[in-house]
Amino acid sequence: MANVLGTEHDLNFKETELCLGLPGGIGGGGNEVDSSPKTSGKRGFSETVDLKLNLQAKETGMDLNKNLDNGSKEKPVSAKDPTKPPAKVQVVGWPPVRSYRKNVMASNKTTGEESEKASSAAFVKVSMDGAPYLRKVDLKMYKSYQELSDALAKMFSSFTMGNYGSQGMIDFMNESKLMDLLNSSDYVPSYEDKDGDWMLVGDVPWQMFVDSCKRLRIMKGSEAIGLAPRAMEKCKSRA
Amino acid sequence: MHKKTAFSFPDEVLEHVFSFIQSDKDRNSVSMVCKSWYEIERWCRRKVFVGNCYAVSPRMVIKRFPEIRSIELKGKPHFADFNLVPDGWGGYVFPWIVEMAGAVPWLEEIKLKRMVVTDESLELIAKSFKNFKALVLSSCEGFSTDGLAAIAASCKNLKELDLRDCDVDDLSGHLLSHFPDTYTSLVSLNISCLGSDEVSFSTLERLVCRCTNLRTLRLNRAVPLDKIANILRRAPQLVDFGTGTYAADLRPDSYSDLAGAFSSCKELRSLSGFWDVVPDYLPAIYPVCSKLTSLNLSYATIQSPELIKLVSHCPNLQRLLVLDYIEDSGLEVLASSCKNLQELRVFPSDPFGVEPNVSLTEQGLVAVSSGCPKLQSVLYFCRRMSNEALVTVAKNCPNFTRFRLCIIEPRTADYQTLEPLDVGFGAIVQYCKDLQRLSLSGLLTDRVFEYIGTYAKKLEMLSVAFAGDSDLGLHHVLSGCESLRKLEIRDCPFGDKALLANAAKLETMRSLWMSSCAVSFRACKLLGQKMPRLNVEVIDERGPPDSRPESCPVDKLYIYRTVAGSRFDMPPFVWTMEDDPSLQLS
Repeated sequence: MANVLGTEHDLNFKETELCLGLPGGIGGGGNEVDSSPKTSGKRGFSETVDLKLNLQAKETGMDLNKNLDNGSKEKPVSAKDPTKPPAKVQVVGWPPVRSYRKNVMASNKTTGEESEKASSAAFVKVSMDGAPYLRKVDLKMYKSYQELSDALAKMFSSFTMGNYGSQGMIDFMNESKLMDLLNSSDYVPSYEDKDGDWMLVGDVPWQMFVDSCKRLRIMKGSEAIGLAPRAMEKCKSRA
Repeated sequence: MHKKTAFSFPDEVLEHVFSFIQSDKDRNSVSMVCKSWYEIERWCRRKVFVGNCYAVSPRMVIKRFPEIRSIELKGKPHFADFNLVPDGWGGYVFPWIVEMAGAVPWLEEIKLKRMVVTDESLELIAKSFKNFKALVLSSCEGFSTDGLAAIAASCKNLKELDLRDCDVDDLSGHLLSHFPDTYTSLVSLNISCLGSDEVSFSTLERLVCRCTNLRTLRLNRAVPLDKIANILRRAPQLVDFGTGTYAADLRPDSYSDLAGAFSSCKELRSLSGFWDVVPDYLPAIYPVCSKLTSLNLSYATIQSPELIKLVSHCPNLQRLLVLDYIEDSGLEVLASSCKNLQELRVFPSDPFGVEPNVSLTEQGLVAVSSGCPKLQSVLYFCRRMSNEALVTVAKNCPNFTRFRLCIIEPRTADYQTLEPLDVGFGAIVQYCKDLQRLSLSGLLTDRVFEYIGTYAKKLEMLSVAFAGDSDLGLHHVLSGCESLRKLEIRDCPFGDKALLANAAKLETMRSLWMSSCAVSFRACKLLGQKMPRLNVEVIDERGPPDSRPESCPVDKLYIYRTVAGSRFDMPPFVWTMEDDPSLQLS
């Protein structure tokens, strides 16, 4: 797809200051714009936005644009288009409904209808010990612990998640492995669940985690040790 | 001391005259008459409004106006409401509080919008201002109920604590219990955004009992319906009331209790809250409906028939916020019942659904425009629109000051003709000569911007998304809209040309936001270099913009005029383009 943005390569500033040419040169009649990488809810954050982009960009600028292009190919589908399926990709911040309202409406739709709709967002606050400000992430943007981990790594660049098992889950049953993780100086993410308990991230399957996580806190492994016993208890009682 | 001529008044007289001049604009004009008027005026200015907290430094404000009693600050750009501004961007109030704590000990009122407020800031407020009276936080975040508790505990003269749509960390600190038993000055309390903070009902009742001047009380969702009656009976003087959850098991005695309690509130003019509504309890508010001027049902998931019944009881309604469950049929009833309606906001019940879940179309809007001659302000979410409907609405309502239409699917064409909606919005700006605020949606070409630039001479704020074809569109707006102060654009093919050609315009505006557009890093740098009185901020979470070719578009761009220079509190994903004195124009 011809990249609208690529036509800006030969921008001449003298031109822009003196007169405004016809619209022909810039993007023609196309009104398709590459939306920000975040618009593709289907792809994990890490695929389109990570530090790899920087390296690629140094080689050729077009690579970057291509990445954006790929990321944004799935545009919001017009209901009128008969060839596309009705699945809807969420555009960040559209329609312009505030988070508070979105969350209230989401919690109102308890049962009925397709609760599988990628409709409501699941914004949770993320704090990291020592970081100057909170971030918010939409858990529904990610499909696995790995994707979440990558996104968090991006946000808090000094954060590296400890060693997670192949499923991306902590093996709670293996006490020694767990203790290794917690004794390292790595950061460990913990979360507050629906019951108000602070648990270690990775103790339950991903979807269950998304449904029960109310907020995240990234803490040093050594501090998280206090959580482990309770988390293990809860884990065992679930099994 | 000031030189006095035979023709000048003593300072005290001038000061007295100036005290009748409240509006900022007029005060600013007064201060420009001559040096002595500037001096006198600045010592007696009591209220300051700073529309962009980075446009000026706290020190500058206090230096010029040392005797202010009230300050209003706004922080993040409006699109922060829709998560377009990454967390940590800025808008911290703390430096302002620190500065004022030292220099303005008699400060009484602080109003903040879209700012980051910490518990530390709140504690500093509580400690520093002995006569503190009013705290209004609108869409703010970063604080918890602990900070609020400090305010409650220390501010003996507090009249107003208003938290609107704030993101508060609920530490279940039983906020209300921190008001001392001797405290009685509360006039306005809005805790509707507190989530799970459980309110101790006896504490609430006692607070309400002893604060006999209480006029506004907006509770949070955690307050159950069966507690409302007791509260209302203790505060029959209430003018503005927000319920908590409006659901309970249906019991005749609790129903009649509630209805009786509402009837005792003869002064009630505004109702809100209504989370989780059980329709059978709605008639309990009928006794107050005839005098209601404002009704916020925007969280009430009740269907059209109940809404129709309710609305028919409110002939004096001036302001209605409602979900699209009201449907076209309900809006038709609204149009025939509420002839004094000035403001209508219809929110989407299912914003992300693909198919419409309710029968709300352009017809409802047309009906209201036709039936309500005083309609001035509209926010309307719907799924289809036509030029014909918009033209009709425009002709029906030439008095519109605010018109915000959100057609949920981006780039939706006129459903009848499949054409762009340029003509429809063109009619709005042409007929509504006093239009101050406009939000566009649907399929729009450069033509709509031509209309806007030509006709929207009083327009102060414009929001644009997924619209336009080329820089010409942006050029029309920047060159034509004389009163433009705030422009926010997302996902439009606007690039460097229009921006650079209209660089000077940007100094006449408060701010410009552009995200997911086509403005190159090179243009941003150039703009930053040439316009020293603008801060050109590139916001890009992909990494430093100079790690990519200059021609690459930036992700987000926020430009605002400032006399404070670059700010110092930027997070790693925000870059301010540097000034270059050698490149300045003129």
